[in-house]
Amino acid sequence: MALHFELVTPAKLVRSEDVHMVVVPGTEGDFGVLEGHAPVMSTIRDGALMVYKSDGAAPEEIQVQGGFAEVGENGLTVLAEHVEG
Amino acid sequence: MASLKELKGRINSVKSTQKITKAKQMVAAAKLRRAQAAAEAARPYSERMSSVMASLASKVAGQEGAPKLLAGTGSDQKHLLVVINTDKGLCGGLNANIVKAALTKARALVAEGKTVEFYLVGKKGRAPIKRAFPKEVGTQFDTSEVRDPGYAEAENIVGEIVEMFEAGKFDIAHLFYATFKSALVQDPTEQQIIPAPVTGEAADTGGAAVDYEPDEDEILAELLPRFLKTQIFGALLEVAASEQGASMTAMDNATRNAGELIDNLTILYNRSRQAAITTELIEIIAGAEAL
Repeated sequence: MALHFELVTPAKLVRSEDVHMVVVPGTEGDFGVLEGHAPVMSTIRDGALMVYKSDGAAPEEIQVQGGFAEVGENGLTVLAEHVEG
Repeated sequence: MASLKELKGRINSVKSTQKITKAKQMVAAAKLRRAQAAAEAARPYSERMSSVMASLASKVAGQEGAPKLLAGTGSDQKHLLVVINTDKGLCGGLNANIVKAALTKARALVAEGKTVEFYLVGKKGRAPIKRAFPKEVGTQFDTSEVRDPGYAEAENIVGEIVEMFEAGKFDIAHLFYATFKSALVQDPTEQQIIPAPVTGEAADTGGAAVDYEPDEDEILAELLPRFLKTQIFGALLEVAASEQGASMTAMDNATRNAGELIDNLTILYNRSRQAAITTELIEIIAGAEAL
């Protein structure tokens, strides 16, 4: 039970790993993505991605700026212009 | 025949030129590896971006009220040619080839009665384009201050281009740069960037309905400038890699030519030295015999 999560910036592929859940700061509100999420495409506001490696684990925060998130069959892909941390 | 001293001077001058070309070749070889790595690292982003764009655009295309960056202004009278060159020379015919491609296109457009304007990135394209089209050169974006043109530069360039587009200064934009094939081959490439050409495979959503948040139009409006940035950024990286590749090849040739020249000059030098010695000997012997 894992969600494939990819974080990509123009300069490089920052993350490509299997995680439990990611909370994405969408423009119209945060949403959490677990495995098997329905396909969605959303722009994101500047804020922090919360990455939960496993159920109940403390989240890891990644600051992102400008971009969008896409959930498809292959998991979650976040395209961001700038990433910190 | 040149005197011995002159020959020696020429040999030394060619030798110091060879040292410079050899150093530049080695620098280019080292930088090439880095530029190639950067170009490769940028690929996942642009691939994802294209596939997302393709799937979005296929939904919105043809509808009324599609963003202008995608649908165009409905006219094709004014053309903007964005030409990306390098800032430094010593890279063989790379810049000449890019400029030639751009000028050919510009002449064809002018012959059709359209107006053209140039947007130049990089120093080396300015002079030849200005010579051919003195009045049409508009903005010149300066990248000579930064060491490696990166995403920040791409953002600035796109900002200016989109501003010009919204002000109605042009209808169609073309991008000229060099695609890096190998250290030996860099192809001048032409690409239309506005209106955005939507090609490539649409992202496979497995037939499931995709939720858009906010709706398609808004996402598209935000995505188009970003898509443009990705393309310009990609072009900047390609040109950077091409520059190093072309430079490496050109300098390798120059080093070899200099070596040949030195060999020839050395033979000439030794010959004239021997001739001088022989003449001197003959003079002494002739003098001795006369006594």
